[in-house]
Amino acid sequence: MTIPVAISLHVNGEAVEARVLPRLNLADFLREQLQLTGTHVGCEHGVCGACTVRVNGDIVRSCLTLAVQADRASVETIEGLSDSGEIADLQAAFRDRNALQCGFCTPGMLMAAQDLLKSESSPSRQRIREHLAGNYCRCTGYQAIIDAIETTARARIGRAP
Amino acid sequence: MKASAFSYARATSVGNALELLIAHGDKAKVLSGGQSLMPAMNLRLISPELIVDIGELAELQGISVSRDVVRIGALTRHVDLARSPEIATHAPLLAQAIGHVAHPAIRNRGTIGGSLAHADPASELPACMVALRAVIVVSGQHGERRIAAADFFTGIYQTALTAQELLVAVELPALPENSAHFFDEFARRHGDYAIVGLAAQAIVRGEVFLDFRPVLFAVGDRPVLAKAASRLVHRPVTPALLAEAAAALAAELEPDGDQQASVSMRRHLAKLLLVRCAAALLDRPDLAAGGAG
Repeated sequence: MTIPVAISLHVNGEAVEARVLPRLNLADFLREQLQLTGTHVGCEHGVCGACTVRVNGDIVRSCLTLAVQADRASVETIEGLSDSGEIADLQAAFRDRNALQCGFCTPGMLMAAQDLLKSESSPSRQRIREHLAGNYCRCTGYQAIIDAIETTARARIGRAP
Repeated sequence: MKASAFSYARATSVGNALELLIAHGDKAKVLSGGQSLMPAMNLRLISPELIVDIGELAELQGISVSRDVVRIGALTRHVDLARSPEIATHAPLLAQAIGHVAHPAIRNRGTIGGSLAHADPASELPACMVALRAVIVVSGQHGERRIAAADFFTGIYQTALTAQELLVAVELPALPENSAHFFDEFARRHGDYAIVGLAAQAIVRGEVFLDFRPVLFAVGDRPVLAKAASRLVHRPVTPALLAEAAAALAAELEPDGDQQASVSMRRHLAKLLLVRCAAALLDRPDLAAGGAG
């Protein structure tokens, strides 16, 4: 028998209290209980990267994280990063470079790309490839995605004081 | 797919975790980072009745260095190993191998204890532990057991750990003078499980191995310390001798074939890695020029 567990966390800056079954993963919690459907569920075993979110500042696979493990954590999803404007330039570059086709992988790609750009201001194309190796694009638009991230990195350096 | 239903307990101490494991035995599974356990549960390869979450036990975290040992707490994440100046200095093999362990989002949660207890024969860290002569520290009802890494891995997902024990730390002996290391693997995609990989620790003086521990992974049911490497120790290594050792290695391995690689492809890649490894460690590019034969 399993019983729901009370959790209390922050999601995109807002306090959330919930009761969840232990088996519920963080991706399904975000999508089904909080209606934050920007986090996509692809493979459900950590291979595809579509479910990438931030927990306490680090990107993680939300399909490989239980909602109960996010108790007292700060979770940020693609909705949070979009609404805050943190990745507005990256999103614009994805549009300009046609770096999304069906769009299924895009939230995870953006989370992983922003994670790289936060720690490295001018990553090489090889570094971008390495950092995004855990994110599948089944439309195979990889070159355009790397173009968009490279363009964003260059533009951010240009803007830096 | 999604994991089947289970009960959940958040351990408050190592003692509390052990009480739960002793009470529930093999019906319970320990959850640390979950990066091996959750995929297995989502794929319904395992369906534990109870999950014992040790993720918040501070006593299992951290890296400490004393005069002759580096102790790594079981909950140390892959990203912590990658960023640790202590690991870079005292276990550079591990620092290099971490770059091949899955992807950034997985390295942010996966732990060394979880990876070793899971014991996937295609994973990097078990092989590194054997190469580094690590000691796996295990806590149980009657206190601690210390198990040499070479004896810890006993089969596919099988270890010397019982269902009532908890892996609490690993200890790496200090590296002697003239230590050198090598790590490389073949994978379809950077970060995926290896098709064949090699982690090696060695002592090199001039162009001679005084000690050489090449450990292959994804070529059997556990990490394999290449016996053939003994042919290369304490003597000048010639291309002919290396080819002989590579042939002996291929003969001692019993890899499985699967959709990623056939048996003969795995043997070939293992030979290739041994040749590259020896050439790199001895700084003899000429040894690698002829390939694996």
